[in-house]
Amino acid sequence: MTPKQTRMAAIFAGLGFLLIAATVALTALEDNIVFFRSPSELAAKPVAPGTVLRIGGLVSEGSVTRDGLRAAFEVTDLSETIAVTYEGMLPDLFREGQGVVTEGRFDGNGMFIADTVLAKHDETYMPPEVADALKASGKWVPATETGGVQ
Amino acid sequence: MIAEIGHFVLVMAFGVALVQAFIPLWALYRGQSYGRDLAKRAAQLQVILLAISFAALTYGFLRSDFSLLIVYANSHEAKPWIYKFAGVWGNHEGSMLLWTLILAAYGAFFAQRAVALPDRFATMVLVVQGWLGSAFLAFLLFTSNPFARLLPAPFAGRGLTPILQDPALAAHPPLLYAGYVGFSMSFAFAIAVLTTDQPSRDWAKWMRPWILAAWIFLTLGIALGSFWAYYELGWGGFWFWDPVENASLMPWLSGTALLHSALVAERRDTLKRWTLLLAILTFSLSLAGTFLVRSGVLTSVHAFANDPERGIFILAILALFTGGALALYGRYLPRLSEDRSFAPVSREGLLLANNIFLAAATMTVFIGTIYPLVLDALDLGKISVGAPYFNTVFGPLTLPFIILLPLGPLLTWQAGRLIAPLNALLIAALASLLLVLGLWITQAGVPLIALLLIGGAVWLSLGALADLAQRLRPYGWQLVRQPWRLPATAFSAPLAHAGLAIMIIGVIAASMWQSETVVAAKAGETMEVAGRQLRFDGVREVEGPNYQAEQGQISYLSGPHQGKVLLPERRFYQAERGQTTEAAITSDISGHLYAVIGEAVAEKRVLRLWFHPLVALIWIGALLMALGGGFALRARMSKTGQGAA
Repeated sequence: MTPKQTRMAAIFAGLGFLLIAATVALTALEDNIVFFRSPSELAAKPVAPGTVLRIGGLVSEGSVTRDGLRAAFEVTDLSETIAVTYEGMLPDLFREGQGVVTEGRFDGNGMFIADTVLAKHDETYMPPEVADALKASGKWVPATETGGVQ
Repeated sequence: MIAEIGHFVLVMAFGVALVQAFIPLWALYRGQSYGRDLAKRAAQLQVILLAISFAALTYGFLRSDFSLLIVYANSHEAKPWIYKFAGVWGNHEGSMLLWTLILAAYGAFFAQRAVALPDRFATMVLVVQGWLGSAFLAFLLFTSNPFARLLPAPFAGRGLTPILQDPALAAHPPLLYAGYVGFSMSFAFAIAVLTTDQPSRDWAKWMRPWILAAWIFLTLGIALGSFWAYYELGWGGFWFWDPVENASLMPWLSGTALLHSALVAERRDTLKRWTLLLAILTFSLSLAGTFLVRSGVLTSVHAFANDPERGIFILAILALFTGGALALYGRYLPRLSEDRSFAPVSREGLLLANNIFLAAATMTVFIGTIYPLVLDALDLGKISVGAPYFNTVFGPLTLPFIILLPLGPLLTWQAGRLIAPLNALLIAALASLLLVLGLWITQAGVPLIALLLIGGAVWLSLGALADLAQRLRPYGWQLVRQPWRLPATAFSAPLAHAGLAIMIIGVIAASMWQSETVVAAKAGETMEVAGRQLRFDGVREVEGPNYQAEQGQISYLSGPHQGKVLLPERRFYQAERGQTTEAAITSDISGHLYAVIGEAVAEKRVLRLWFHPLVALIWIGALLMALGGGFALRARMSKTGQGAA
């Protein structure tokens, strides 16, 4: 082979490899994406039990009950509500009336079994997913967004 | 008054940056010789002005001057001074000022050191630095003024987010930025190579130390961020594949590729075009990382601001510099001398393979990070791509990478022969294969890919040893008699590659063999974690400098740590109305016992305990990599005498 041909062969081998890597990546992506749904979206279009998804909203006032490590609470976007159970340690800033995002799946009875519960880092911060869910349900109060400055 | 001076010199720095960006360019175009000197003076003046501005802002933070908006929003009187200081970059405006200051510092340092470089080339590098400086100073002044006033001044500030009040987090942003911004140098070099018609391959030699410096800083910055997340967030993990983490990983991966391809360009006069492209892309990824983190498109602790104007401004800077650089690349590439061809089995052949793997890794991180943003922007739904995707993709990519890696340094340049390295590595191959086999028989339930990666890491570390032996062989007795006189080059690659191997072992061990226990315990209750007997003694109140804490006490009942206690805390920050979890960690040779306390449920307390085997190897590995980079940099500095860049 001439040097030029060698070079072309190297370039094509490299591109071919990248193409294979991209295909593998996209296949893996398809199997591993997790959708985010708000309570209103779930009420309008339920998701099959067992599908992993994230739901977010506010923790309903007065809904949190604890029994040892098990916690049960409701997530609301102020028009619809989802019942959630979680077993484990709740994050620092998990509070009634505050924003929360949880990942998990529905069981057969419409109960959302959470594997992870994410709350925000400080009291004035609202996860954007939750803010959007509240906006979509028309219950958004801008003043609660950042608590003042900015 | 001090703040007004800070603001005023910031405006002056913008003016100086504009001068640096355009007037030397005009001089170059006209063939006049004053350009270089002017660019040098401008670069030096710029760093002085920005340092004054930064000092003025720091003064505002240390004095708790709440008439400054960002001091009010991010600081509080009752905060230890070190966090008042770190608070300067614990917010959007201040951190962008730090970014710009580091950019100017690199420019001035280059102006100082690059005495031996040709005029046109050095001038052009400084001009590109001037472009970048102008863009970021405009961003600061027009969208993110750190000196904005708040009148009348409030009596108390809102404080710094409590989880950022931590020593590791005080150092994380400066290190990370020194890495990100350091790649602006290789970017500027690439533009200068393309536009000033560099006939020789010397530019790769000039570029290498700057790549090395940026890479070392970025490695340390990422490692520190990961370590902080591990002990401060209380989630027990060391890497979450969070988009913000990925934003720093992408320039690191492509920067690692650049480091190796520039070596080939320097030694073998080939892969030059690819090296220039990588130099452009690596800095673009740094800018993209800044955009992702600073624009508020991501949900994270880093998203200080949700101002769309800022996001658009950074996106415009990103588009302008990436697009402009790629256009120059397309236009001037044909002028570059031809790349030489080479045999696939040679050191440069293996380095090319390294680059292909690293490029593929960068691409997969990019896809996983950008895809959710694109879907969201197109209103096609909100998704998240989590650890399972990245783990699925990274395992199969890493394995062949580390299997090929040890061959590279043992092969010669040009046309190598496989027989020599294979001879040297025969024992390494056998040992790692036996290890994988042994693990496979004894560790049922652990995925095969994890075991193969451990075997691969052992093979890689033995390969690094063989490489070290080969490099040290010519020195014979000097090894024992005067080890400090050995050349730094002998240690660079072996240390960095061994660091990677050690890190991989830590990652796999801590992910595969960790054990986790969550219990609700009464005071006096005993429990067992990974064979260690522990007792929960109860909780007491503790007073910190600017927080109150609930401190749990857990004692060891048996084993080598018998009598020792773990003291995890939950801290409540009054001023910030925030709360943090402070994990308690016992470290020994086998790993970390990691304890966190949660809330009270009736008379019980929720406790979360992990055992993370060998987890410290992750950060030790990263340190070794940076150290290897340091040796390479040191070798380069002494070789070029003055270290003429």
